[in-house]
Amino acid sequence: MSHDHGHHKETFITKYIFSLDHKMIAKQYLISGLLMGIVGVVLSLFFRMQIAWPEESFEIFKVFLGDNFAPDGVMRNDIYLALVTIHGTIMVFFVLTAGLSGTFSNLLIPLQIGARDMASGFMNMLSFWMFFISCVIMICSLFVESGPASAGWTIYPPLSALPQAIPGSGLGMTLWLSSMAIFIASSLMGSLNYVVTVINLRTKGMTMTRMPLTVWAFFVTAIIGIVSFPVLFSAALLLIFDRSFGTSFFLSDIFIQGEVLHYQGGSPVLFEHLFWFLGHPEVYIVLLPALGITSEIIATNSRKPIFGYRAMIASILAIAFLSTIVWGHHMFVSGMNPFLGSVFTFTTLLIAIPSAVKAFNYITTLWKGNLQLNPAMLFSIGLVSTFITGGLTGIILGDSTLDINVHDTYFVVAHFHLVMGISALYGFFAGVYHWFPKMFGRMMNKNLGYVHFWVTAVCAYGVFFPMHFIGMAGLPRRYYTNSAFPLFDELADVNVLITIFAIVGAAFQIVFFWNFFYSIFYGKKATQNPWRSNTLEWTTPVEHIHGNWPGEIPEVHRWPYDYSKPGHDEDFVTQITPMKEGEEVLHH
Amino acid sequence: MTSFLVFTVLVLIGIAVWQLTKIFDLTQVGGVSENSEIANDKDNSVNGYLMFAFVGFIYVFTIYSLYAWSDLVLGTPASEHGKDVDNLMAISMALIFFVQTITQFLLHYFAFKYRGKEGKKALYFADNNKLEAIWTIIPVIVLAGLIMYGLFTWNNIMFVDEEDKQDAIVIELYAKQFGWEARYAGDDKTLGKANVRLIEGVNTLGVDLADPAAQDDKVVTELHLPVGKKVIFKMRSQDVLHSAYMPHFRAQMNCVPGMITQFSFTPTVTTADMRNDEAIIAKVDKINKIRIKNSKKIVADGGTALDPYTFDYLLLCNKICGASHYNMQMKIVVDTPADFKAWLKDKPTLAQQWKDANAPKPVETAEAVAVDSTKVIAQVIK
Repeated sequence: MSHDHGHHKETFITKYIFSLDHKMIAKQYLISGLLMGIVGVVLSLFFRMQIAWPEESFEIFKVFLGDNFAPDGVMRNDIYLALVTIHGTIMVFFVLTAGLSGTFSNLLIPLQIGARDMASGFMNMLSFWMFFISCVIMICSLFVESGPASAGWTIYPPLSALPQAIPGSGLGMTLWLSSMAIFIASSLMGSLNYVVTVINLRTKGMTMTRMPLTVWAFFVTAIIGIVSFPVLFSAALLLIFDRSFGTSFFLSDIFIQGEVLHYQGGSPVLFEHLFWFLGHPEVYIVLLPALGITSEIIATNSRKPIFGYRAMIASILAIAFLSTIVWGHHMFVSGMNPFLGSVFTFTTLLIAIPSAVKAFNYITTLWKGNLQLNPAMLFSIGLVSTFITGGLTGIILGDSTLDINVHDTYFVVAHFHLVMGISALYGFFAGVYHWFPKMFGRMMNKNLGYVHFWVTAVCAYGVFFPMHFIGMAGLPRRYYTNSAFPLFDELADVNVLITIFAIVGAAFQIVFFWNFFYSIFYGKKATQNPWRSNTLEWTTPVEHIHGNWPGEIPEVHRWPYDYSKPGHDEDFVTQITPMKEGEEVLHH
Repeated sequence: MTSFLVFTVLVLIGIAVWQLTKIFDLTQVGGVSENSEIANDKDNSVNGYLMFAFVGFIYVFTIYSLYAWSDLVLGTPASEHGKDVDNLMAISMALIFFVQTITQFLLHYFAFKYRGKEGKKALYFADNNKLEAIWTIIPVIVLAGLIMYGLFTWNNIMFVDEEDKQDAIVIELYAKQFGWEARYAGDDKTLGKANVRLIEGVNTLGVDLADPAAQDDKVVTELHLPVGKKVIFKMRSQDVLHSAYMPHFRAQMNCVPGMITQFSFTPTVTTADMRNDEAIIAKVDKINKIRIKNSKKIVADGGTALDPYTFDYLLLCNKICGASHYNMQMKIVVDTPADFKAWLKDKPTLAQQWKDANAPKPVETAEAVAVDSTKVIAQVIK
């Protein structure tokens, strides 16, 4: 392997550990994200088992939770909340933010815009290692004697501020806050890098309107991250002050365990505002990269241009803008002024418009295509399906009137798991199947991919669709057991069904993991452009080299979606193919 | 035993994966003999049909869910605004099912219909302003309608008219880990001032007993409401966030330490009437059958049988508030106005309770103190 830019000798450490190369950092993000994903999913199985078979003793709890968290194999009630909290945190931040964005932004931004690497390779490496440290701290918090953070992933104070309120708000919450503070720093470094790279390092001819939608999505996601993550950082910092230095930003008039605390004048609602100012954009930080990935994969595998390229960009921008002014829809019943509720209802329901445009554009892209149903394509179509199913119920939750009665019930759990959890996860899987050859130079087994998709698709519906019904029955989320209310006895069977689907669905992820790790070493050797794709990353050699292209960086002559263009023999025309004499641009 | 089960399940999954991959493998027979891990015509065909089957699965699962689980959903609303909420919900749901049915069909049908074939060429169709305008404008119109209906209802629910205030009764809902108390404002319709710093003995809500408005306040642990009368709830919490969720009344508001939040509604169905509601009777029967079944198991294990269930309105905590969050509830009884009056009349005022509990003034004669201290002890024991 030749190193055109190999000015220095690479050791194992500089190549695989403290690598500055964006492709290696992408792989590091991917594998860390997947490992965190295993933890997050296993935790969810544990609490699903508790919900389905409340207060039963399980051998598996004895092994994994131990005598402290699960005396005699029966999960403690505060540990249930801890598992829910850490599951949410890990899945939202560590898997679907860092794992998804970190992997694909790092891999694809330089490759698809024609750059040798990220603007700052060092900051990129720093970003990954800070993420890694935050992962380690979060995992460590699972082993704290008083239990990990247990106040829900939204860590609303005072519950998260007072160890007297729940044991997890002691050391566990301290670790959670430290981990998240480092995570936010990591995420900001990554995001700044992405934005700077996209703005400055595009190759000749790569105008903004010739960028693949993946890069558009990563670019806009990074901007949302830069706008909103610092606000969470400030919230976390102020919470640390309240917890450790006796300030009263979020606390006031508290009487707990027979004692009046000194806090005076703070407001938990202020925390909710700060949290959701990140928290809602965060949903799109998770989802937009998945939609970007899907746009690219659906176009490539439909052998058709993505329908309405400019409308897709416009809808990404519209969603990004709206995402920063809708956070209050999480707080309709928080006690904030009902007039604000009206404003947030208005802005929230507006998001349905760009979302609908996206969904219809995807469907139209499939129309009269020549669909290559690769596993990546199946996951992309699956994403559109869950995005619709989950997104539609947003019309209910975004409407303050209807939110009153379904707020914090399983209806919400069903909604956001489908629209951002499963959808983003599908985008993640689609991306892995599609760019695996680019990352590892080998192919993943397609048949295992098909099995993985179909079982996952059925189980995802099986888990989350019934939750709408138990939510509309008034069942609150985050209940350790529902047996305290005879009213909910009739929901027990549904909960068992959900848990069974969850266990089967999770078990079949083993197929993916096996396929993934096996193929890294023994997969079929990939060709340079296995999916016959137009974008620049497939013009680089299969073997990874520093600087991505052996010679000059190629020049870009056209947009990325000239699939099946009339007048060309092949059904794809790469971006580096010059326009033929007299060839017209057929898109707007 | 568990480990054996886990082992069996893993083995079965392994076999299932093996079999399934074999099915996909078998479909390759006779196909192009490449083995590149890229979808070929056979894969496209098999997965195209599966896509079509999947939309069938979504439909069947939806229909089954509606058939099997519709009766789980909360029934007749027991408040005046609840009808509006349920109407809006029904309209939104109808819209959702309509869009869901059509878009899922198109998505999966296209995935099936246009499954790839060697040599076929896709249509180069990059944009069409007319189409895009259509599916921008239609959602705009539909959403404009929904937003207006929603906001109209929201304003009706959340803003209480001055007129209504004159006629309403005022109740404080007080939340703490892990229980509820309620304080009735009394005839003056004004709750006495309160602060957690004043919590002491029987004054568990920290009411300022020097406040004239507090004199007729009554504190109870079971919430009674008169039917047909506007109730204005003022929520407080003494420790962490809680949420006062009354699903049957389509009512919910968070309880926030350090501030007072508000929600109001008019109950329309008494508990007694609701117990005679057909859907509720069926629900209660169903639940009791489940409880009898469960009881058999519990008794066999040496436990005590579950109590039979009778319907009651409930106040639940719906904001994660600590380890016993799942069991923070209060019974709500909706009475006829006369019953309500009688019930409330019997309850002592907080001021009276306080006086009873703290009757012995420290500067009194020795005999009096002796007599009264037993009273205090009795109170404490109570």
